Amino acid sequence: MTGESCFHCGNPCDSNPIRYNDKFFCCQGCKVVYDILQDNDLTTYYELSSSPGKRPDTAQTNFNYLDNKEIFEKLLDFQDESTSIITLYIPHIHCSSCIWVLENLHQLAPAVSATQVNFPKKELQVTFRHNELSLRALVELLARIGYEPYISLDDEQKKPVSINRTLWLKMGVAGFAFGNIMMLSFPEYFESDEYWLNQYTPLFRMLIFLTSLPVVFYAANDYIISAYKGLRKSILNIDVPIVLGIFVLFFKSTYEVFIKNEPGYFDSLAGFVFFLLLGRIFQQRTYQFLSFERDYKSYFPLAVTRILDNEQEESVLIKELKKNDRILIRHQELIPVDAVLSKGVGLIDYSFVTGESIPVSKMIGDKVYAGGKQVGGAVELVVVKTVSQSYLSQLWNNDVFKKDKVSDIKNLTDAISKRFTMIVLAIAFLAGIFWYFKDSTMVATVVTSVLIVACPCALALSAPFALGNMLRIYGRRKMYLKSAEVVENLAHIDTVIFDKTGTLTTQETEIYYEGKPMTPAELNGVKGLLHSSNHPLSRMLYTYLDTSKVDSIDEFEEVLGSGLQGRWKGVNIRLGSASFVGVEPTGSLKTQLYVAINNQVKGCYTFQSEYRKNLKDTFNALAKNYRIGVLSGDNEGSLGYLKTILPKETAFVFNQKPEDKLNYIKELQEKGLKVLMIGDGLNDAGALAQSDVGFAMAENVNVFSPASDGIIDAESFQKIPAMLNQAKRTLRIVKISFVLSLAYNLIGMGFALTGNLSPIVSAILMPLSSISIVIFVTLATYWIARKP
Amino acid sequence: MSVIYILISVSLVIAVVFFTFFIIAVRSGQFDDAYTPSIRMLFDSHKSTKKNKPKSTTKE
Repeated sequence: MTGESCFHCGNPCDSNPIRYNDKFFCCQGCKVVYDILQDNDLTTYYELSSSPGKRPDTAQTNFNYLDNKEIFEKLLDFQDESTSIITLYIPHIHCSSCIWVLENLHQLAPAVSATQVNFPKKELQVTFRHNELSLRALVELLARIGYEPYISLDDEQKKPVSINRTLWLKMGVAGFAFGNIMMLSFPEYFESDEYWLNQYTPLFRMLIFLTSLPVVFYAANDYIISAYKGLRKSILNIDVPIVLGIFVLFFKSTYEVFIKNEPGYFDSLAGFVFFLLLGRIFQQRTYQFLSFERDYKSYFPLAVTRILDNEQEESVLIKELKKNDRILIRHQELIPVDAVLSKGVGLIDYSFVTGESIPVSKMIGDKVYAGGKQVGGAVELVVVKTVSQSYLSQLWNNDVFKKDKVSDIKNLTDAISKRFTMIVLAIAFLAGIFWYFKDSTMVATVVTSVLIVACPCALALSAPFALGNMLRIYGRRKMYLKSAEVVENLAHIDTVIFDKTGTLTTQETEIYYEGKPMTPAELNGVKGLLHSSNHPLSRMLYTYLDTSKVDSIDEFEEVLGSGLQGRWKGVNIRLGSASFVGVEPTGSLKTQLYVAINNQVKGCYTFQSEYRKNLKDTFNALAKNYRIGVLSGDNEGSLGYLKTILPKETAFVFNQKPEDKLNYIKELQEKGLKVLMIGDGLNDAGALAQSDVGFAMAENVNVFSPASDGIIDAESFQKIPAMLNQAKRTLRIVKISFVLSLAYNLIGMGFALTGNLSPIVSAILMPLSSISIVIFVTLATYWIARKP
Repeated sequence: MSVIYILISVSLVIAVVFFTFFIIAVRSGQFDDAYTPSIRMLFDSHKSTKKNKPKSTTKE
């Protein structure tokens, strides 16, 4: 070991690194990328950040289908006679070097006229002359320098790019009006008696009135619409008192300015709307590079190679595949449809679907389900079902995926606002009656004042800021939630259900040996036998065995689907399945490799996924406050072991099909439980959608995870109990801030009921309450985030 | 005396001009990606000019 790390990708180099230009490289691939960049004067790439690159995949993805004109046109954003524009999603974009090299792509390919990176979305927009450079050549160039775009079935229908910018515009309008109205109100604030100022008061007031019009009728229209919709469904949501306040402020002020010749409350009005919109923007910011809405389409390739009757190959769109078509699946390609293996040896990695990372062997005639990835050589399949009818994609026909997630957890703000509105209306009414008998000229003043001060600005702001800030804190801990509402839903959870494979286990494989101990010399032989095989299990075992040397093997033979054999020091040596070495198959569903030397069975190696390190502690922490369960599609092989390490309250449900998982969650919910489901594979997608909160666990958040309410980086697994506790405390903070803002309302009410709410009092009280609430919830959320 | 009208109209025009700039900026998508431009402006641009040099001599 030299301890050097690769100049290009930063991975540690193994025993003999490649030395080139006084730099170390871990593999040929990295060196080639360096060479390309150096030849084109792009070495600044390495100066902007250290080892920014990615080790290029040895298995080249096949992009032949991009030559298909129909597919090409589907992917484009824009095209005229000579130029095309395309937006590509590139998961590897992660640092400033990436931006730099991609925006200098024209130095590598002169036919590229412009490139622009959107870093938060990890997207690259390329403008190129398609007559000089084909899309396939462009994508292959990107793949060659380590920036392979991800193109999936999802890209087939380009969604119309509609970025909603109106919220920014509305905030701009409200902010503009707020500032200018305050400025124009200065003479009123100081009650100056100067003759020349008083002379212009009508002009100032007119300007103020005009400036406030767009605030009420443009900036605040979302609230008006929402309140209207709520009222039609006879729901008193938080927007009802807000809109009531806005209208009363506006019409009362208009009346005062034009009839009574008084200043009005336009400054309060504009400030109020401005703060509300600010809260909304704060709450809306999410993680653009993550998608929480993925279904199987994001995993599946856009096209596949079909073999025609005359043995010619062609690229075809997946949805055009028909029953009995023959398709070719190469190494590392995904199987898009249910099919039967007709040629070659299938070795299929279902980690996308189940989370299980050890590949499964399939023989000719075996049925292969969609969603697996072939990891051996190329295989030929005969299509049994079309993509939309496949076992896996059928899951998406469930009703759960059709409707938006309706959680029966009630929004706290709306629950409070209902009572709040009632009380405010009652107070306004009673105050009106009281003043009618005391001094009937004051009725209108008092009633409108009550409605103005009751306007729940602080109340409406506390939840967005508290939940939004918590969302950000979670994000820093690599727990990415879809929206701020998820934090609120999380606080009500009482049941936590985990998927097993991929969620409780890691992608790492653990190997252990059972049987007669082997001598070091025999191990050298075993390793020698493995040396010649490219089978993934052989590669794993080869790295696992630590031997002094590797013996050479004569007459090496690999029996596809069964095992390896050869002649070592004159004796026969075999490694493979139970029947291959002559053992009665035990019916064990574990992945095992038997060893036989000189026709004597020595023992077997068992491959299993490794459990997460903090599994036990995390479950114990959760068991104190929650019902917990493990829901797995696997057989009960690992049940015994899990029972020994997990708390005894844990419920275990095994052998669950994707649909069963969904129904299990549904049953729990029918018992009145609020369920948090944590899963990882596509087979959990139904359960994730059905649950009150569904989280996807990901080893790498840039790799795809199924649709969910949040994506949790696997290294944050042990933070889940703390996360749930903090969500509960966040909700407590929201409640405290409700009490605080109600206190402000009471103070204001004091002024209003006595008929003393002057514009200046309102102009001070309104922003003061809002700002102090925002400061309170922000500090409080930071404080609770420090506690576990 | 009527100078106040001029002043007010000037101040309003300035305010409205800035406001218009804001609207144009939002419309043109400047608020869509608030991160990449902050990095892009730090790149040196001199390198992109010399393209016709086939193999640059080794640096360092």
